[in-house]
Amino acid sequence: MSDIADRVKKIVVEHLGVEENKVVENASFIDDLGADSLDTVELVMAFEEEFGIEIPDDAAETIQTFGDAVKFITSAA
Amino acid sequence: MRRVVVTGLGMVTPLACGVEETWARLIAGQSGAGPITRFDASGVVTQYACEIPLGDGSDGTFNPDDWMEPKDRRKVDDFILYGMAAAVQAVRDSGWVAVSDEDKHRTGVMIGSGIGGLSSIAETAVLIKERGAKRVSPFFIPSALINLVSGQVSIRFGFKGPNHAVVTACSTGAHAIGDAARMIAFDDADVMIAGGAESPISEIGIAGFNACKALSTKRADDPTKASRPYDADRDGFVMGEGAGVVVLEEYEHARARGAKIYAEVLGYGMSGDAYHITAPAEDGDGGYRSMAMALKRAGLVPADVDYINAHGTSTMADTIELGAVERLMGDAAAGVTMSSTKSAIGHLLGAAGAVEAIFCVLALRDQIAPPTINLDNLAVVPKLDLAPNVARKRKIDVALSNSFGFGGTNASLVIGKVRH
Repeated sequence: MSDIADRVKKIVVEHLGVEENKVVENASFIDDLGADSLDTVELVMAFEEEFGIEIPDDAAETIQTFGDAVKFITSAA
Repeated sequence: MRRVVVTGLGMVTPLACGVEETWARLIAGQSGAGPITRFDASGVVTQYACEIPLGDGSDGTFNPDDWMEPKDRRKVDDFILYGMAAAVQAVRDSGWVAVSDEDKHRTGVMIGSGIGGLSSIAETAVLIKERGAKRVSPFFIPSALINLVSGQVSIRFGFKGPNHAVVTACSTGAHAIGDAARMIAFDDADVMIAGGAESPISEIGIAGFNACKALSTKRADDPTKASRPYDADRDGFVMGEGAGVVVLEEYEHARARGAKIYAEVLGYGMSGDAYHITAPAEDGDGGYRSMAMALKRAGLVPADVDYINAHGTSTMADTIELGAVERLMGDAAAGVTMSSTKSAIGHLLGAAGAVEAIFCVLALRDQIAPPTINLDNLAVVPKLDLAPNVARKRKIDVALSNSFGFGGTNASLVIGKVRH
């Protein structure tokens, strides 16, 4: 797994308090990992912080799964 | 009018996490004061306070993990964490489990705070200044709002009755219990989880109260001696932190489920000073009227009162309250014991009235009045017993608890042994 994916996974595990093995490619933050809408806002902010990028609101709305996040950050970073 | 009894107790105080642990140390005359460790206090005048003892949860220490999961704790200021811990204790102690929709609809929450998420507000303001407004957490507002103790507790237990929060500075805890008792009396609910929570030991909190000249400043050499209500050498209050929560229940409801009934809320009085933003009126009339109203509601006379838990903050205002109590008690003053437990736990601001109401409940249960510690040289000669330094074994059928707050807001509760 890429370095980016590892770092994203660490953030997700920490913020949502979920087991690492639950954070898979298609895992939806809200449907599978127990996040609410405020959690997803905070997750996006944490990604911005970790990778020094800016994720605009319209882009943030497309980041629904762990895979979405890794893909977006890989292309933006 | 429907009768209201106390069926559950919970607290987190500078003496300990837990009701029995705190009570044992209080009766033993221990102090919860020490040097401030919550933040770097080198920049503030008063560098001591009464902090909750943190630890692994054993021996009365407070372990946050025991009360909220780490992922949820990031979303709350400490006052909410303390309030949740006290509420969970109280609900467990009561044995009340709301199963049916009807039970849930008839159970409410009323836990207030004097200031709420002061640290979160301060830290977020600094964050905006240093890194810009876009870095503000989506959890900032719900972590700081005062009514979010009640909100969080309702979510944890599914209590869907009245959800409310009192904000009356240092009278908050007493007002919350009094108002919640009325909600039960008025048939808005059968069970109310009521109390107060506070986490003011932060740079902004200490600096603010130092600026008001409210805090003790001269006892850095021995903080355990700093809170000394009624003593000639007192020089201000000592900041505390924590929470107190009770389960209030309609009498027949409690009887029907075979609940352990600690005591009955007999009376509740309120008044305003209309005098000054931080100082009590010098004639003590506001406190007098608050106590008199509470006794009237209880259908009692001053001579019926055995124990008074004073507001007694260890400031100049102590003697004003003492004067008001002596005026109220008249010839019966010699028969009453009054103590300030703030001598041991400091001033818990919005949590104080709730914690002190619980001390009254325990005084009734164990027939013992907790001491006023550090009372070595009386500031004035009192007409009543102030239980200096040693707990007083005595008959206690009726207890009265006073709480007075900035803005000139006064609340008194009368709590008594339940009469079946």
